Amino acid sequence: MELLDPTSERSPLKRPRRAPPGSLDGLTVGLLDISKARGDIFLDRVEALLSARGVAVKRYKKPTFTRPAPNDLGQKIASEVDVVIEGLAD
Amino acid sequence: MSATAGIREGYVVVAKRDCPTCVLVEPVLAELARSTQPLTVFSQDDPTFPATVPGVRDDRALEASFRLRIETVPTLIKLEGGREVGRLVGWQRDEWRALTGLNSLGEGLPDWRPGCGSKSVEPGVIDELEVKYGEVKFAARRVDIDEHEDEAEAMHARGWSDGLPLVPPTPVRVHRMLKGTKRDPAEVIGNVPPDLAPVTVEKIAVNAVMAGCKPEYLPVVIAAVEAALMEPFAMHGVLATTMFCGPIVIVNGPKARAIGMNARGNALGQGNRANATIGRALQLVIRNVGGGRPQEVDRSALGHPGKYTFCFAEDEEGSCWEPLSVERGFAPGASTVTLFAGDGVHGVVDQQSRTPESLARSFALTLRSVNHWKLAQSGDAILVVSPEHERTFREAGWNKARLRQELDRLLMLPAEEMVRGAGGIAEGIPATALADKKRIPKFRQGGLLIVRAGGSAGMFSAVIAGWGASGAMGSSPVTREITE
Repeated sequence: MELLDPTSERSPLKRPRRAPPGSLDGLTVGLLDISKARGDIFLDRVEALLSARGVAVKRYKKPTFTRPAPNDLGQKIASEVDVVIEGLAD
Repeated sequence: MSATAGIREGYVVVAKRDCPTCVLVEPVLAELARSTQPLTVFSQDDPTFPATVPGVRDDRALEASFRLRIETVPTLIKLEGGREVGRLVGWQRDEWRALTGLNSLGEGLPDWRPGCGSKSVEPGVIDELEVKYGEVKFAARRVDIDEHEDEAEAMHARGWSDGLPLVPPTPVRVHRMLKGTKRDPAEVIGNVPPDLAPVTVEKIAVNAVMAGCKPEYLPVVIAAVEAALMEPFAMHGVLATTMFCGPIVIVNGPKARAIGMNARGNALGQGNRANATIGRALQLVIRNVGGGRPQEVDRSALGHPGKYTFCFAEDEEGSCWEPLSVERGFAPGASTVTLFAGDGVHGVVDQQSRTPESLARSFALTLRSVNHWKLAQSGDAILVVSPEHERTFREAGWNKARLRQELDRLLMLPAEEMVRGAGGIAEGIPATALADKKRIPKFRQGGLLIVRAGGSAGMFSAVIAGWGASGAMGSSPVTREITE
């Protein structure tokens, strides 16, 4: 479907990514394991590195990498952390 | 494809199987096909029809019908050197014979049969063809929504919505919307705050589509945008304030009736498309063109539900009172929008008063509460008088001016009650501002609007409080004539 833009067209047609935070100080980082093989090994290492820098970490896991995350998992992550690191490939 | 559908010589016939007259002339078309002149037949619904003619051109997409401006089928057109030199619609034997020079054409057929409507001019179709094949150009950039993406979700995701579902602004819908005004789609109406982005008639139409407007509402929406951009209305401040207010639209004049606006039962409530969508369209223009969004430049602490939409018409037909538009200097019979920076609705219940004096006192009590009982000269107000309350004034011969005069008198408030600290309440008017005044008027001059609206039963009126920064320091009500 083709729509006409209702805005002042001052922002690009493709939505820009949200700017990453300048620092992780005081933020909580979520680590999302999508249930792909060896994702846990990658995320364990990331957790160790973040924890060593004093950054708070929370771990999450999708039931399967073949489907989008369940709604309640997405809402839980959004309400608990500021930044998410996802292990996408094996 | 050119205006003659790419054909330069001979005869062109546009027909459809679904038309009895087209079926009737099938043998005529066969006769024409056998003549020395080239014949091109376009079929609007079935390329196997008419079977008597070889090489029928499939015009189910209706492009040739549109280019040839066909309104009736069958249509017979004669072309010479790429120029149309004759056109007949329906079946008229003598005229078909005269145009073709074939004197035995249609022997045995009735003399005359009317044609049928062309598929290219069926309701809605012409708008689609104008966008698809015509010269309709849009300045707005096009946003492609993937076929597997839900367009309603896509619009929300792009931040275009006030929170409620939107009608997708497709080029055809925007084209139809623009037919609601005679104004040039490229006309710039002004710069919309807070971003001060220029807004054209076309951009307003895009947002009016999304809001759910019908094309005939568009002139009212444009007038509302024009009013919002008038300097005294201070739209930037109305948006940016931490107080409650949003633009409230009051429509006067024949346009309100023509587009079916509600001025009667539940006038300030839900259920009428024009009321609901005109107010919403204005807010969507401010959101999408101006960039005015809650928790961004819209700093309202609480807002109010009327910031989705708040638009109604004054009930002029049943009223003995001068319409708001006339009070504000417009000719009787002019259609106008008045914008007021206002809060929500505060009901005035008075089922006992039968004299104008008593009812005016009831009104004054509620009007005193605008913004705060101990504040004055800050917020304007609208008093919406219902028919059963207006009756009391009408029977006593009180016009709007007389009622306003009485309210002004009743709302000369005692300074000792208004001063900061009085009544054990820190809020109030600073003693220095009161100086030695014994009384202070609640409203500034011109700060109280009175309109009549509502259902025929119910002794209830309403007060709509204005922004606490009303008047020259902030927002003043503005009125703009609606032009088609």
